[in-house]
Amino acid sequence: MTESAVIVLEELPPPPIDPEYAELGGVPMAAKHGLKQSGKRPPLFEYAAQLWQRRHFITGYATAKNRAMYSDARLGQLWQLLTPILNVAVYFFVFGILFTQSKDVPDFLLFLVVGVFLFNFLQTSMINGARSISDQLVLIRALHFPRACLPISTAIIQLQQLAFSMVIVLAVALGTSQTPSFKWLLILPAVLLESVFCTGMAMIVARMGSVLTDTAQLLPFISRTWMYLCGVMYSLGSVTDKASIPHWGKLVLDYDPPALFITVVRNCLISKPHPSGYKTSAAYQTALQSIYQPHYAWPMLVFWAVVVGIGGFMYFWKAEEQYGRG
Amino acid sequence: MADTPRVLPSQVLRAVQGVDGEHSYTDDELAGLRAQILEERAKRRAEAATNKPTVVVDNLNIIYRVHGAGTGRGSATGALSRIISRRTSPTVREVHAVRGISFVARRGESIGLIGRNGSGKSTTLAAIAGLLPPEKGGGVYTDGQPSLLGINAALMPELTGERNVIVGCLAMGMSKSEANARYQSIVDFSRIEDTNPHAMSLPMKAYSSGMAARLRFAIAASRDQDVLMIDEALATGDAKFQAQSEERIRELRESAGTVFVVSHSMAAIRDTCDRSIWIEAGKIIMDGDVDEVADAYEAWSRQS
Repeated sequence: MTESAVIVLEELPPPPIDPEYAELGGVPMAAKHGLKQSGKRPPLFEYAAQLWQRRHFITGYATAKNRAMYSDARLGQLWQLLTPILNVAVYFFVFGILFTQSKDVPDFLLFLVVGVFLFNFLQTSMINGARSISDQLVLIRALHFPRACLPISTAIIQLQQLAFSMVIVLAVALGTSQTPSFKWLLILPAVLLESVFCTGMAMIVARMGSVLTDTAQLLPFISRTWMYLCGVMYSLGSVTDKASIPHWGKLVLDYDPPALFITVVRNCLISKPHPSGYKTSAAYQTALQSIYQPHYAWPMLVFWAVVVGIGGFMYFWKAEEQYGRG
Repeated sequence: MADTPRVLPSQVLRAVQGVDGEHSYTDDELAGLRAQILEERAKRRAEAATNKPTVVVDNLNIIYRVHGAGTGRGSATGALSRIISRRTSPTVREVHAVRGISFVARRGESIGLIGRNGSGKSTTLAAIAGLLPPEKGGGVYTDGQPSLLGINAALMPELTGERNVIVGCLAMGMSKSEANARYQSIVDFSRIEDTNPHAMSLPMKAYSSGMAARLRFAIAASRDQDVLMIDEALATGDAKFQAQSEERIRELRESAGTVFVVSHSMAAIRDTCDRSIWIEAGKIIMDGDVDEVADAYEAWSRQS
């Protein structure tokens, strides 16, 4: 130890101050040189414009992630098709065969695949959306881009998966003797609206998941409950008629967005059953009930897509400056 | 100086102090080199002092709020009710990490932040990058959007190196054609393919931490940034890459950018920076010429 220079922190002279800073003060000096507050969130429309500017990043990231998803598996990209098929097989076994739902519903297999795939789109968008910010902290900290890119691309990944699933849906529809009609084309606007809805939901849970990691743990349970309430694998009509359900419960079930999306697409594909195929008129009524589409279905879908899409975007944007915090 | 192999400031200093036994210079040559380095540095600092500021840190205070300290993560129902009521957890501990720091950085400056672990260096950088919102009464003002390179591993671990480069460039706001045009120079700079010619087609999680750090640095340094911040990111690279990236830092500095380096290696700080800021317990202790500050810090570290 040298005694020559013992450094005592408190006795050091104060650090020199930049002369311009001393003269002007921080805020005026920043204004003079056109410096902006770091990490301040841009106004909503500017943010939307920035997001549009990064559209290649959003799609490029989604496509790359989608390709990488099954890269560890032996069967590789085949899982894009196998996963939905196996999902349907499980539900068909449980609900079609064990619970004999199939007798209440015309074309049960088609009914089931539409429900499972469309709901799965929402479910996985939410579950992966909740992790989209917290799992990519390294990327968020290293590079600067509008953070909404991440939940949006998780929804796009799921949309790409849904495209594979829709191939199965069409195969099933043709295989179960449904005749193609122009009504099938209505699937496209329905899926488009659902994509907007799912993107909005993904942004909402992404913000929640970024501050509270518990969100990602809770979501599978919440979304599973939601799935059973949507009539994905059974006829919702046979439940909502029961007198035991309170009025508000029926309202919730009637206006539930995923249930409406599923019903609309089912109606595009499944043609109205003929009374002659049923023994009693009660059985025929049950079958009709299972694919009943309320008259407000389409306007409601547009409403949900706009409200959740825009609302989710604004909710996500409000916390833009906090996502790097982790 | 330009045609002779570059001698790093830290090597000269060590030789002058007689710490490094092996060198082929005479004392006079050494004294000349040292004088030249000091003179160049003084000239650069004098020039930079009149340049346009890129970062103004104005009375910066950062307080971390640590949730649920002492009671674990809390129950699911508790978490749910917190989401709904937007109430903060009752057991919040506050950590005042940065206490009223002010300084100005200008174009052409390279600033080394030094200090012990937990002194607030990385927090300061995160605040400059806009990742941590400052407390009221102060703020950070920057020119453009600063990038922060941390020590953490891959950018997108499940994607291949190739995809990481392209998607990373797109995220920085390049167009598709621009990203493709930059691709080869980024790969060449990272020297990833020197050791394994197929490395770019492997997922980045398969890279060693040094390889990942190299590729990440190459991606972020590919664009001429106004403000680049490097938080120990160079420490994992091998000696050759360190020299190469230090060269890139000097280039960025010469192209009128501002570079911040956080490192515990005083040699790396002396080689890349002209100015240094010593932070202790969230406050600036010293701010000035890199040798002065680094000498004082080293002397202080030895005595305590």
